[in-house]
Amino acid sequence: MSDVGVIGIGIHPFGRHPGVSGLDMAAVAARRALADAGVRWEEIEFAAGGSDAAGNADTSVAVLGLTGIPFINVKNGCATGASALATAHAMLSAQTADVALVVGFDKHPPGAFNPLPEDWGLGAWYGETGMMLTTQFFAMKIQRYMSEHGITASTLAKVAAKAFRNGASNPNAWRRKPLSEQEILSSRMLNHPLTQYMFCSPGEGAVALVLARGQRLRDAASRPVYLRSVAFRTRRFGSFEVFSPSIPIESAPSPTVEAAAAAFEQAGIGPDDVDIAQLQDTESGAEIMHLAESGLCQHGEQELLIQSGATELSGRLPVNTDGGCLANGEPIGASGLRQVHEIVLQLRGEAAERQAPGPRRVGFTQVYGAPGVSACAVLSR
Amino acid sequence: MSLAAARPIADGLFVEAGGELRLLGSECDRCGAVTFPGQASCPRCTSTDVSDRLLARRGTLWTWTIQAFAPKSPPYAVDDPEAFEPYGVGYVELPGEVRVEARLTVADPDQLRTGMAMELTLIPAPGVEPDVVTYAFRPVDGEAP
Repeated sequence: MSDVGVIGIGIHPFGRHPGVSGLDMAAVAARRALADAGVRWEEIEFAAGGSDAAGNADTSVAVLGLTGIPFINVKNGCATGASALATAHAMLSAQTADVALVVGFDKHPPGAFNPLPEDWGLGAWYGETGMMLTTQFFAMKIQRYMSEHGITASTLAKVAAKAFRNGASNPNAWRRKPLSEQEILSSRMLNHPLTQYMFCSPGEGAVALVLARGQRLRDAASRPVYLRSVAFRTRRFGSFEVFSPSIPIESAPSPTVEAAAAAFEQAGIGPDDVDIAQLQDTESGAEIMHLAESGLCQHGEQELLIQSGATELSGRLPVNTDGGCLANGEPIGASGLRQVHEIVLQLRGEAAERQAPGPRRVGFTQVYGAPGVSACAVLSR
Repeated sequence: MSLAAARPIADGLFVEAGGELRLLGSECDRCGAVTFPGQASCPRCTSTDVSDRLLARRGTLWTWTIQAFAPKSPPYAVDDPEAFEPYGVGYVELPGEVRVEARLTVADPDQLRTGMAMELTLIPAPGVEPDVVTYAFRPVDGEAP
């Protein structure tokens, strides 16, 4: 199999951008990624991309130029960006193209998502009676987890405080105001035990990456970051997932456990080698649980890890150094690629004010979403 | 609240059997996996041989939260954030069967804890029609939080 590397990254700032369409943001991110790679759009041989709610990604070629390239539109919930990345990675690994573009973008209205039960195989009653909310699921998952593994509300607040602190030093982040743990804990309780500032919000933004293999990778203008693996999995019988009117008593690991294990195995790199990670933090509990589900620590170890500062920018294993979903919001199609964008910046040593100190060689990304899908990637210098 | 004088929010979720309110699930004839609501195939072993099963009325609270903000409508039945009252939601483990997600009759975090005994009941369903009911779980009488 051929080595695949990320040779260019581009981002349109996350947040709220009235009057700017999702496709406009995608084109901005794509042009920035091309410029960063020193590659012209006409040289791109394959592209994949998607959004959840802002249109077909391949319509962005009308803006970038109609070059006739094969373009695959991807729509796969929260794993949209990672699925586009996996598709491009597979095409390059199979040597069907030498240079590819991946793009993800989205533009959601304010407020919590309001998915309709009928789209998820459920009766209308499930939504009518007030159970069709992702926030409830995350609250109930961490509630159970806290009682089983001794995680405290203070640790939930520390995760959010870290996110906003990191976001404050990220010019592309949406929420750039640091918040104290006390402010986070005393903000409005939305879904016990999670308060307002422990949740991310749907938002807007776009990210693009240029990937290359072979000679194009060796000729890259900047030192590439290798994309060692991408793996994604859906839920098995017994895992506790969102939008479930019932769950089995016999339990199975979450799709993140299997996706992470597969990504590490394909990469030939273990979780102990990871120097920096970007994890799905839809709310602060998710980051805590995903740390262990990804294999980056044992269940229950998070309390000490987070309280001791190990996941801070200067810690042993910095997590969500760009502020994660909490500070960037969640434009679904762009979110997974934002994680890769940040890992590339950090491994290049170009993250400026929020650069994690010391040599950082291996990065890891993980996204999770409804109805039980997870995608993980391993990157390295 | 009795089912006799009320209309269920949907068919096939709960019934009165032997004078008692019961949730209606399904059980796989091949591997025994139980689901709620009932479904025509088994999510565990993929068999299409499944039978109806009346689920236990009592169980223990496996996890819970309080819904403290008004859900968007649709899909929520009521589009009136001003009049919204918080409500509890949880998963109740029915021993040997399945964990069922349900509205709870209690919306006070101080009155809920994982592991407490819960019992099936009916509550008015959110919405304008007063005779429509849905299933819920309430703490068993005398159960201290």
